[in-house]
Amino acid sequence: MGKKPVKQTQKTNKIMREEDLVSSYHDMLLIRRFEERAGQLYGLGKIGGFCHLYSGQEAVVTGIAKAKLPEDQMITAYRDHGHILACGVDPYNVMAELLGRADGVSKGKGGSMHMFDVDKHFYGGHGIVGAQVPIGTGLAFANAYKEDKNPAVSITYFGDGASNQGQVYESFNMAALWKLPVLYIIENNQYAMGTSVERASAQTDLSQRGRSFGIEGRQVDGMDIEAVYAASLEALEHARSGKGPFILEMKTYRYSGHSMSDPAKYRKREEVKDMRQHHDPINMLKDRLIERKLMNEEEAKKIQDEVFDVIEQAANKALENVEPDSSALMTDIYVEENHAS
Amino acid sequence: MPVEVVMPALSPTMEQGKIASWTVKEGDKVEAGDVLAEIETDKALVELEAAADGEVGKLVIEAGTSDIPVNTPIAYLLRDGEALSDIEIAPAPAPVPEKPETPVPTASEQPPSSSVVPQPTPVTIAADPELPADAEMTEQSVREALRDAMAEEMRRDEKVFVIGEEVAEYEGAYKVTQGLLDEFGPKRVIDTPIVEHGIAGLGVGAAFAGLKPVVEFMTFNFAMQAIDQIINSAAKTHYMSGGLVTCPIVFRGPNGAARRVAAQHSQDFSAWYAHIPGLKVVAPYTASDAKGLLKAAIRDPNPVLVLENELLYAVKADVPVSDDYILPIGRAKILRAGSDVTLVSHSRSLDACLEAATHLSAEGVDCEVIDLRSLRPLDTATVIASVQKTNRLVTVEEGWPVAGIGAEISAAVQSAAFDYLDAPITRVTGLDVPLPYADNLEKMALPSTDKVIQAINTVCYRQG
Repeated sequence: MGKKPVKQTQKTNKIMREEDLVSSYHDMLLIRRFEERAGQLYGLGKIGGFCHLYSGQEAVVTGIAKAKLPEDQMITAYRDHGHILACGVDPYNVMAELLGRADGVSKGKGGSMHMFDVDKHFYGGHGIVGAQVPIGTGLAFANAYKEDKNPAVSITYFGDGASNQGQVYESFNMAALWKLPVLYIIENNQYAMGTSVERASAQTDLSQRGRSFGIEGRQVDGMDIEAVYAASLEALEHARSGKGPFILEMKTYRYSGHSMSDPAKYRKREEVKDMRQHHDPINMLKDRLIERKLMNEEEAKKIQDEVFDVIEQAANKALENVEPDSSALMTDIYVEENHAS
Repeated sequence: MPVEVVMPALSPTMEQGKIASWTVKEGDKVEAGDVLAEIETDKALVELEAAADGEVGKLVIEAGTSDIPVNTPIAYLLRDGEALSDIEIAPAPAPVPEKPETPVPTASEQPPSSSVVPQPTPVTIAADPELPADAEMTEQSVREALRDAMAEEMRRDEKVFVIGEEVAEYEGAYKVTQGLLDEFGPKRVIDTPIVEHGIAGLGVGAAFAGLKPVVEFMTFNFAMQAIDQIINSAAKTHYMSGGLVTCPIVFRGPNGAARRVAAQHSQDFSAWYAHIPGLKVVAPYTASDAKGLLKAAIRDPNPVLVLENELLYAVKADVPVSDDYILPIGRAKILRAGSDVTLVSHSRSLDACLEAATHLSAEGVDCEVIDLRSLRPLDTATVIASVQKTNRLVTVEEGWPVAGIGAEISAAVQSAAFDYLDAPITRVTGLDVPLPYADNLEKMALPSTDKVIQAINTVCYRQG
């Protein structure tokens, strides 16, 4: 197991609190186990359609969740299970959604790609590559419109693939022009479906994609939760203080195929194995916690068992949950109140 | 319990697979993520990974075996402390039959199902508000009426703002937003770069967050750049979120043929948007309807498209002077009562309908002219009631004939009033061609008074 030296977060000098580090181990494991269980249930034919797993990328969303304020919104594309779990939504309701059951976060009508929890400021869950970027920019527009001194920041996630979409640049331009409080997180997991960044992008340093709009950007080791946290904290402050958008390119890696039906022939198995063995965000954090005596093996095992149980219970309960009642088919098409407010 | 490894479903459609090869043997230690086997599906060769750490206890099915149904146990992994004897081999699911034993009835053999298709709970749509006889009226152009609708709603609700290309300092490419910047300032009347897709998406996000954007498209031709956001984001998110997310947004601007600007700048999108569940679509004809419907659209908690018409902007009519003149969305209006034939249309094509009706009344043909006003919801009840009275129907629209508004009206009327029809329903539409530039060709391609008269003569079995 490669033990990297702890990166200094010299720019901000802001380091994660000890309890946040330990709880991050729990939160990342929760996402990992959830995704493993989702993969199994997909294999069993219980989960239908498309299913994009987040395993390998957990440090990104977990580190940002620790750095953000509760009212900061998050929005992402279809690889969204980790994001909604990081917002604190019960894994049971997330799993029920994956299974297309009545207690799903979207009542079983959205599925894997369309998860929402507005109360927890999570705005989805969007199936069209890049479409969440102007929407996230619109959330930031609404935040600015309120004219609060410390506005909420819209944390808008997209992938290396979406970073080539035209609407991303329409959004960058408006966000910079109007100094909107938005943090763009490019989760560069190195493959847009089967096409590597090098094969798709003329400029592979995606953090610089905002340069022609004057948007600052930084590359971050997205496998290192402390680096993610420190960079996000700084970027969130930038966006919140009225200086406009900021871009963080999180260099990360997905272990699974693009979706469950992806045979992943575009990369070598050794590459995945190397990432899992030497750069796994969860194991790296665990090693650090043990090294710094914030956790011992026994406590780690306890957290693992606890997470395993939580996910098992969530999955088993979700499997027993009923499918949506047929009466749900034709509801929620329109808001059925006229001229409210 | 040993971990069961089953033939996985590797795609939304996979039902069976083949074990191309095992890459482990019994007794091997494996970690989560290690490859166990290569599975051949109908689309690809996929590596099957171990979901958990353990020891390969038993390989149940030999490499090379085909047509293994999904979910069949193919191997067992032993976890810490488990022995081979713990394995209870589960029976394989029944094999997938080659052919169904009893043929599934084809659609044509099944009873008609239209009566059992689930429908949304019908919503009662109120009638137009009754104006007192002494209600104050003012003569206004459609343009002014639309502007007043926005201004009144902006005064009423701080959350309403107008955004689009040239809406602020230029006061609108067609001067519809005249005066708004002066009154409401740049925070609420916002000029944008030329980014239809971006503005539509930004508006959707602002609406998700509780604001009430009025997004102006300079014309709806350019909204095709934004149609993904309008349909996939604005129209569908309420449903996909199980009702959690709402999108109270208005997309408005001129729609339909202008004059001699050729095919890319002249197109009627009525049928396009009317097709989409989750959207409401209105197309006002008169100045008072323009005001009442745009105000209703802004107050509506759903995404509403307001399809205006450039050639109608200057047309004047009496408009009620009232901040609360709200029209119901989803109610057609009878512009002219008559007993011999029903003409159904919307927006500028109503000019041709009304002229034809006036012309033919001199010849003793009494036309009823219905302005749909709303294309979704579509007020088929008013049309059907009219056809039950006149027994004849002509639909008129600028849009293309295929899958158009007239086609939809025809389907509704034949279904509900088949026995009332004394003649086949006739459609007058834009011709099935991109709109040409040349003056004569353009006129030939669009509905006209003459074409409507011809159609009326046809359904009345008259010699024109």
